[in-house]
Amino acid sequence: MTNQINWEFPQALEDEAIYILRETAAQFEKPVLLFSGGKDSITLVRLAQKAFYPGKIPFALLHVDTGHNFPETIQFRDWLVDNLGLDIIVRNVQDSINQGKVQEETGKYASRNALQTVTLLDAIEEGKFDACIGGARRDEEKARAKERIFSVRDEFGQWNAKMQRPELFDILNGKINIGENVRVFPISNWTELDVWNYIRREKLEIPSIYFAHEREIIERDGLYWPYSEYLNTTAEEVPYRQKVRFRTVGDMTCTAAVISDADKLEDIIAEIMEAKISERGARIDDKRSEAAMEKRKQAGYF
Amino acid sequence: MEVLRIATSGSVDDGKSTLIGRLLYDTNSIPQDKMEALHAASKRKGLDFTDLSLLTDGLVAEREQGITIDVAHIYFSTPTRKYIIADTPGHVEYTRNMVTGASNAQVSLILIDARKGIVEQTFRHFFIASLLRIPYLVVCVNKMDLVEYSEARFNQIVEEFQQLLQNASFKAQDVAFIPVSSLYGENVATSNGAINWYQGPTLLDYLEQVQFDHADSVHPARFPIQSVIRPRTTEYHDFRGFAGKVASGHFSIGDEVISLPSGQKSKIKTIEQFEKQLDTARARESVVITLEDEIDSSRGNMLVKTDAQPQQLKEIAAQICWMDAQPLTPGKTYLLQHGINRVKAKVQQINYVIDVTSYQQTTDKTSMGLNDIGKITVKTASPVLADPYSVNPANGAFILIDEFNNTTVAVGFIE
Repeated sequence: MTNQINWEFPQALEDEAIYILRETAAQFEKPVLLFSGGKDSITLVRLAQKAFYPGKIPFALLHVDTGHNFPETIQFRDWLVDNLGLDIIVRNVQDSINQGKVQEETGKYASRNALQTVTLLDAIEEGKFDACIGGARRDEEKARAKERIFSVRDEFGQWNAKMQRPELFDILNGKINIGENVRVFPISNWTELDVWNYIRREKLEIPSIYFAHEREIIERDGLYWPYSEYLNTTAEEVPYRQKVRFRTVGDMTCTAAVISDADKLEDIIAEIMEAKISERGARIDDKRSEAAMEKRKQAGYF
Repeated sequence: MEVLRIATSGSVDDGKSTLIGRLLYDTNSIPQDKMEALHAASKRKGLDFTDLSLLTDGLVAEREQGITIDVAHIYFSTPTRKYIIADTPGHVEYTRNMVTGASNAQVSLILIDARKGIVEQTFRHFFIASLLRIPYLVVCVNKMDLVEYSEARFNQIVEEFQQLLQNASFKAQDVAFIPVSSLYGENVATSNGAINWYQGPTLLDYLEQVQFDHADSVHPARFPIQSVIRPRTTEYHDFRGFAGKVASGHFSIGDEVISLPSGQKSKIKTIEQFEKQLDTARARESVVITLEDEIDSSRGNMLVKTDAQPQQLKEIAAQICWMDAQPLTPGKTYLLQHGINRVKAKVQQINYVIDVTSYQQTTDKTSMGLNDIGKITVKTASPVLADPYSVNPANGAFILIDEFNNTTVAVGFIE
């Protein structure tokens, strides 16, 4: 069977996500939308806009800024917030480092990916958020495939995979005990292709790094790393210019690029359909071990 | 594009994960890096073939023990459909996860090991598919390669299974049988000719042609109100819309509706989906409805059509599956959540607990334990606007929530 491209977005997924967002707003006192600037959280913002229209989105966005974000992502974030009149809270990993709560990693694989969990949990506690809406999808990774739509976390943000509440039909139980909070995943059932088809259907703007552009990269472990002041490189790792794009938006220190000429949405989608590497295959943070994601989720990672 | 949801059930080692792996593999749904990881992981385990089951068993404990513990969701698509598989554990101690995974499915896929035939767990899976009234049931007789692709053996299993159907509580279920070998990919996505006596569709062909006729749209119209949207901006100063997802049936502009439980009547003025105006909202669509008259309705109320109203139940008889380690105790109060609505409820009586293999009912039970299925009677503090599950599944199910630890302890199907 060949991979024919189906450009049609399954409408049932939008209806389901809007229902989940409305339940979240109704069942919790203080929800917040975790915003990364990536395509999944951009999709969430659109869904929230639709769910409460012509009313305002009844919750704020929360962005945990690692300080290692692509500048294009931050520019985009500010534009979006401004354009849609959204409330946003930004918390910086640098502050957690300065407070001595976390320690900067060293060595050539140093990234702030693991560090952001502490900043996130602090922000949740400080804001007294009882529901954090996230753009995680079950097709991304196999530990995420087991995640509920309303996923209860304990006081330490931990996910207990073996003690998950049963979730039946579309009945969502958002009752929690003091200290607990819930991670809400409205686009659980979407695949990467669904998200792209949605962005295309809704004509959504996305950060420019998703499209092919020239930038300085280095090669390491068979992957193309974006060269930046935050990346610790060895003498052999000489940056050179190359036309690339990014398939996910993470930190500059843990997101690998793909060589690409795709500068239109249609070309990106076509490329994904033919891709031989999975979406998170370019996420260096997942490669640490087979259970890397499950371990981070237990620790409160989003 | 349509979305078809499938629940898979199988026993230990009957090759369920391999079958799903095969389905993904044969539809080109496994990226190369995942495939390589799979080769490597299989090799580490000392296997001389690529173990496709490693694709789906996502948790560390699962990989260690080689079993499936929790529901995993797996996605693939063909040019015509998007598929969501809820891969559920087969062990008896995870019956609740099986019910969970099956609750949204239109197709239940049951696997039978051709060598072993129908086993205890087949009864349970079938019972649950029946209890949940899943419209389509496809029985894959797997490992046909290990019985020399014997037609006689296949027919024998089909006959045995047909005995089961005699007892079924849901007679309208559409049942199909397919002989497969998931290890060799026979009759999963393609047929390679090893089972030449079988003329029917492969599993994938079967799934591609399943007609799930949005039965919900012929059911009575139910619109549970999730929230009231009142922007109070200059532009939308007098806007008052009811946000919700149509549970069943359909609503059109001009329809006379009644808001329950208040009983106030009005007519539908507009149906909105963001900036779009619709004429009709169908089952499972999330919309905002505005009415001609200003009526007092809020979250938890339900808009229905005047000619087909739900029951207003204060005493509910229901089949339930108990899902908590702490047993059900009659007399204890729980929260009953029906759709989006929560009410206090007291379990009055356990009418019976049923043995899912013999259909034997035990009537003198004083408690129900984890994974028990039976019938109870519940009294609620205020009326629940429901239909019998057999008449309108979308408005006939509920969950019970423990008031103290807030966990979901049971699912119920209203009689």
